Amino acid sequence: MKLGFYPGCSLQGTSREYNESVKALAPFFDIELIDIEDWNCCGATAAHSVNKDLSLALPTRILALAEKQGMKEIVVPCASCFNRLSVTQYELAEDKELKKKITDTIDMPYEGTVKILNVVQFIDQYIKDKLTEKIVKPFNYKVACYYGCLLVRPHKILKFDRVEDPTSMDELMKMIGSTPIEWGFKTECCGAGLSVSRTDLVAKLSGNIVKDAADRGAESIIVACPMCHSNLDMRRPEINKYLKEDVTVPVIYLTQAIGLAVGADPSKLGLQRHFVKVTTL
Amino acid sequence: MTTNHAITSRIQQATEVDVDLCYQCGKCTAGCVLADDMEFPSSYLIRLLQTNKEENYSKVLKSNTIWLCLNCENCIGRCPKEVDIPRLMDYLRTESIKRKCVSPKAKPILSFHKSFLNSIRYTGKLNEINLIAEFKLRTMRLWQDVKLVPSMLIKGKLKFLPETVKNRKNIIRIFNRTIKNTK
Repeated sequence: MKLGFYPGCSLQGTSREYNESVKALAPFFDIELIDIEDWNCCGATAAHSVNKDLSLALPTRILALAEKQGMKEIVVPCASCFNRLSVTQYELAEDKELKKKITDTIDMPYEGTVKILNVVQFIDQYIKDKLTEKIVKPFNYKVACYYGCLLVRPHKILKFDRVEDPTSMDELMKMIGSTPIEWGFKTECCGAGLSVSRTDLVAKLSGNIVKDAADRGAESIIVACPMCHSNLDMRRPEINKYLKEDVTVPVIYLTQAIGLAVGADPSKLGLQRHFVKVTTL
Repeated sequence: MTTNHAITSRIQQATEVDVDLCYQCGKCTAGCVLADDMEFPSSYLIRLLQTNKEENYSKVLKSNTIWLCLNCENCIGRCPKEVDIPRLMDYLRTESIKRKCVSPKAKPILSFHKSFLNSIRYTGKLNEINLIAEFKLRTMRLWQDVKLVPSMLIKGKLKFLPETVKNRKNIIRIFNRTIKNTK
């Protein structure tokens, strides 16, 4: 089956292994992911921090293109893009005047009919039923499922999972043979967009997350957001400096873990691209 | 005694956020991961707005609080009155730019946002190298993260040629119609 796909900028750059793993996983379940033709950046934190109309116009253009290209559903693996697209669709549905203003800004018709799926929803809907029978190499590790912020909040708009103690990733990880741990930082913020401008704060916030996972015996941290990944993985030297200890627990995308379990080639899943070596696997 | 609601009414008109709903339970501040690093935390910020005093409003707009807010949405997730603090923060940041009173401590954060938007303004897609180059020039933090470059190259994480959308005019027009200036 075919589904629309919005990779977003991170997945084309520093988080390319997330893109690679989603794309490597799909064929195991006879799914073809088709990129939205001529997609643009969603504007991320920068746009909504400084200009509301811009922060709505950029995602609306993406959704309008998907509609024009006949897509009913789009898979959006980046939690930040997923959040911005969903918030925009919600705000424009709530306010007709705003919808008119934004569609005039982008010079394109927009209805708001495309269903936006995050990576967990995509797996739940199109992969989960066939997952057990496809497993060739169970992912037999203790894992800390880290959801971060933008996958689950704001609940009123995203309506995804439980806001304080989500379990959807834990359920999927159990299916592929993992033991998810109970821990305290499932939905705490990693510091997100402050990675470059205030690396010190990211080291602290991400450090607390990594430490709790490691202290409770997690052998890997499972994520579904490129920003969470780069903060927990690429910022590990700063994190370890903040923690004054050497924490070596690797950070793995949900799609990489499932990919390994169904027998995908690790190099096709981009595991070699992580900064914290994935040695135990 | 008549009560002046000029500031809170203006905020409500622009954002639909009614700050008067807040009864200072403090759950937002308790759940805020950066509360300790802010000049004052979110519940205090709301209280300052509730006073409707220009001096307090100005204190809010000049604070680093509005720029440190990560929009992680934890506060609204826990607010018993669903006061949309992240939405309020977006508005306050915009106002702070308009009044040219951005906290000096928050300049690197704003520089990052501006560099980000400039990177997508003409190409439609973010190019991380352009973003970082502009950020370094804006902040003069020339040596920051230089150590990361060799391993990023080996891991194939840096893209030198910016990808562009085909309909660049469309993107430029969207910028011109909304933000105009990202200098």
